[in-house]
Amino acid sequence: MAPMKLEIITAERVVYSDEVDVVVAPGVEGELGILPHHAPLMTVLLPGEITIRKGGEQTYLAVSGGFLEMMANTVTILADAAERSDEIDEVRVQEAMKRAQERVAMRSSDMDLERAVNSIRRSQARLKVVQRRRSRPSPPPGQTQP
Amino acid sequence: MANIRIIKRRIRSVQNTAKVTSAMEMIAASKMRRSQQRLLAGRPYSDTMLELMGHLAAQIGDNGDDVHPLLRRREVKRIEVIHITPDRGLCGGLNSNLNRFTGQFLLDHDVLASVIPVGRKGRDFMVRSSRDVRAVFVDQGDRPTLLDTLPIAHLAIEDYESGYADEVYVSYGRFVSTVVQRPTMQKLLPVEPVQMESNMMSGYIYEPNSMQVLGSILPRFVEMQIYHAILESIGSEQSARMVAMRNATDSANDMIQSLTLLMNKMRQESITTELLDIVGGAAALEG
Repeated sequence: MAPMKLEIITAERVVYSDEVDVVVAPGVEGELGILPHHAPLMTVLLPGEITIRKGGEQTYLAVSGGFLEMMANTVTILADAAERSDEIDEVRVQEAMKRAQERVAMRSSDMDLERAVNSIRRSQARLKVVQRRRSRPSPPPGQTQP
Repeated sequence: MANIRIIKRRIRSVQNTAKVTSAMEMIAASKMRRSQQRLLAGRPYSDTMLELMGHLAAQIGDNGDDVHPLLRRREVKRIEVIHITPDRGLCGGLNSNLNRFTGQFLLDHDVLASVIPVGRKGRDFMVRSSRDVRAVFVDQGDRPTLLDTLPIAHLAIEDYESGYADEVYVSYGRFVSTVVQRPTMQKLLPVEPVQMESNMMSGYIYEPNSMQVLGSILPRFVEMQIYHAILESIGSEQSARMVAMRNATDSANDMIQSLTLLMNKMRQESITTELLDIVGGAAALEG
């Protein structure tokens, strides 16, 4: 199938820009798989995991919410933040998650609670992506991990 | 002799000025690099969002009551201009260009107008020309975060939704290159539709529904556009200042050179006169 163009852009940089075959993104109404020549679509994204398939290869990214537009065979994702799996610092994510969980446990105010819950969701998304990386087969001997 | 001393003093003073301007040039250069990096990195996001909003506005149309409040077009009775300028001067013609540009824009629009100056230089100008100043934002610093600029966006959204203003514009110095900064006026609200080919007008599928998608994307759009305009403005300010200070340093050095030449000439002249005096005196004695 003819590939489509995918661009993932945050306010700080262009995270991903390539021709791809399939994009799976966390829409508000559940996971959303997009193939080339999908009808024009506009949706809000939740914190979660974006899966990109290009040829036989799969790439995973963590996204902290944003918007997705499908238009003229181009998928544009405007993300609040997005990281490739190898950019995520697992220790930091776990710390952030622990802090957020503590705040939820304390239940100080509604505003705080909402932010803490969102923070937990973002952390979960990042952790999921990191774990994907780990579960992948280790590189053949002789090759060093970057 | 007195003249030579005066020139010497003058040279020293110009030298001090040159020291100050070259220090300012270096500071501006390093700040410029940082702000340029930030604004160039942010441009794809801002441009894509603008395009996306154009698609949205083109498909939704602009009348009917079920349109999102931020897309609804009204008869224009009052416009509001967010006028972004630097806080400080010494950046060449940038400030006066920006002020003149926005001033002209306001003169061209024969409706009521409010301004929201962001930055001291714009505020001073608007107050001086007795414009209706809605609110003032100063001291954004050299590296504001999105959070710092949110109040501006929220004020604009509020004013548009409440019907206080029927159109909102943002005016800023767009960074084109280190030597070129272009004053730019951008219409923020209502969102301007882009022209699209008819086969693309098939309409979006919204998830969950258009109101909710728009409700979360439109405020974000305004926030990001203003944030980005401020980044552009800072990049422009620093590069304008760097160029202005480099020119000032160069002129100061030219001046030092010509003053030194003048001083040397005068010194030589006085030596010559003295010598002539001595030679003349000796000749008179011998004679």
